[in-house]
Amino acid sequence: MAEFLQFTSSGLTVGAVYALVALGFTLIFNASGVVNFAQGEFVMLGGMGTVFAAAAGVPLPLAALLAVALAVVAGLLLDGLAIRPARQAGPIVLIIITIGAALVIRGLAQVFFDKEFHKLPGFSGDASIHIGGAAVLPQTFWVLAGTLAIFSGMWWFMTRTMTGKALRATAANRLAAELVGIDTRLVTTLAFAVSAGIGAVAGILITPITLTNYDIGTMLALKAFVASVLGGMGNPIGAVVGGLLLGLLEAFAAGYLSSSYKDAAAIVVLLLVLFAMPSGLFGSKSVERV
Amino acid sequence: MKSECSGSNRGRVLAWVGAVGAVFLAAQPASAADTVKIGASLSITGPASFLGEPEEKTLKIYVDKINAQGGVNGRKLELVVYDDAGDANKARTFATRLVEEDKVVAIVGGSTTGATMAMVPVAEDAKVPFISLAGAIVIVDPVKKFVFKTPHTDRMACEKIFADMKKRGLTKVGIISGTGGFGKSMHDECVKVASTSGVEIVADETYGPKDSDMTPQLTNIKNKAGVQALLNADFGQGPAIVMRNIKQLGITLPVYQSHGVASKSFIDLAGPAAEGVRLPAAALLVADKLPANDPQKPIAVGYAQTYEKETGKPVSTFGGHAYDGLMMLVEAMKRAGSADPVKIRDEIEKTKGFIGTAGMFNMTSTDHMGLDLGAFKMLQIKNGDWTLAD
Repeated sequence: MAEFLQFTSSGLTVGAVYALVALGFTLIFNASGVVNFAQGEFVMLGGMGTVFAAAAGVPLPLAALLAVALAVVAGLLLDGLAIRPARQAGPIVLIIITIGAALVIRGLAQVFFDKEFHKLPGFSGDASIHIGGAAVLPQTFWVLAGTLAIFSGMWWFMTRTMTGKALRATAANRLAAELVGIDTRLVTTLAFAVSAGIGAVAGILITPITLTNYDIGTMLALKAFVASVLGGMGNPIGAVVGGLLLGLLEAFAAGYLSSSYKDAAAIVVLLLVLFAMPSGLFGSKSVERV
Repeated sequence: MKSECSGSNRGRVLAWVGAVGAVFLAAQPASAADTVKIGASLSITGPASFLGEPEEKTLKIYVDKINAQGGVNGRKLELVVYDDAGDANKARTFATRLVEEDKVVAIVGGSTTGATMAMVPVAEDAKVPFISLAGAIVIVDPVKKFVFKTPHTDRMACEKIFADMKKRGLTKVGIISGTGGFGKSMHDECVKVASTSGVEIVADETYGPKDSDMTPQLTNIKNKAGVQALLNADFGQGPAIVMRNIKQLGITLPVYQSHGVASKSFIDLAGPAAEGVRLPAAALLVADKLPANDPQKPIAVGYAQTYEKETGKPVSTFGGHAYDGLMMLVEAMKRAGSADPVKIRDEIEKTKGFIGTAGMFNMTSTDHMGLDLGAFKMLQIKNGDWTLAD
């Protein structure tokens, strides 16, 4: 039983990390139909920015704020310099642009930060909490709380505010949205800025667990993408459930089957889900746009 | 006429590319003909940059020093460095460029085993001596005529660790290794030498190179009956996370790491969780704590001080491997009294009693690494610093 609880806590820890990053995909996907593969780089900027600002003597909370600001600026630049000029191109081209942008951000981070791994202290210390025989890091609760907070905020924003509704309208039909007076360019820009901010917050919350370096975004974006597909791309519930599920799958596969096959086990489950439900667990049926 | 013309054009383009490469990548002006060129392809960026960066800095610092003292055999050295970013394909291309266009007399590094193995055929074909800075035993076993290496092998690390375990009466080992190149190679070597070393591997777990939580694997090792010691074979951030997870789970078994974590950043990342960990490593890390009569002491202290003064960063064993390779090469060139690659190779093979940062090298025609187990020190992390364990 203690074993089961330990695997569960490990799965929830890793899963919450995936979920938090996956949430960042949601907004941009909703606003533009683009899967932003530079999302992992926003996460990296959050963690690395905080580490370096703190190393320069800035108090930790302020360093975190600076890092979020840095990521938001990066998000705005990505939208203004790369996405907007290519707006007429299809989503595939835009996705490739985000991959290129990710490479650029990673390269710049390598030069302006460094190539080493860095850590941040746990917000509530590093002494593990024991729950029914499982040892859990207090930072896990911060990550879970952050996931919940961002999820609720996003849910409220997309269903209760006019801007959020405008965002969903833009995704559903760009032309129609423009016809009813929605500034779709502004909506897309907003989506990039907020997503970058969410990514940076995620990066700050997870660094005490995962550590960070210039390259960490690659792995996180990939896992979070899998989580998003599993849960249903563009749906915040899907991002959270997909992330947690993926983390739990990996942990149980590593614990009960074999650690060599844990990634394979997770992918097999993903494939099975997609066979039965092609748009993921919570995805809306994909509609052919003409 | 036409083909001749395009031929000369191509030649000019190649020369131009070569010149640009020499200027930008070696960051040194292309200089007069009476220099001796030494080539290097290192992983200065990319995932293995923690190896390549100190190696590149070390080579540059010491080539400058040697030139300031008049060079080798009356000729200045010219260093040509390329960055393969840990990519074996690029390493092979750069090795070809080094021998065919830059016409180097010897190559130092290969930072990773993958890059090294891609460069080996090039050096062998061109009959250019090649001193690798990578770990795995496949580089020198079987022996390749022109290929040498300066770091200890992973098999030696396993033997050293198991010998230390046995001395402490720990014979049932749980091993957790990364699935990257280094971790996998060391895991396989450890499994091979376990029975002859008198220890038994009772638990065997792995994790991916970018995993951020190893608690399920460690829980399984913890719950395995009879495990007396834990061995983690990997480099990079993985071992730091393993140590943090070990502390999180409250596992109190003695923990051994490999020489792959022998840099200060491991202690920084793992923090208090690294306390008490043992690992085999070159004496370089404890240079100032060596007894005064240790023949390695002046070399290790000298290199550590020079590196830390010039770069402002803490010394790691990886840069030390580059120092050993370069100095061994320079001594061989002096003994050969010539810049003929084949003569230099013969002299590298005759290296006897050469003391470097990794220990004393005694090369033979059947041993192109030349270190024995005595060159490895068993270190223990105490109060956030390296100490000699015995």
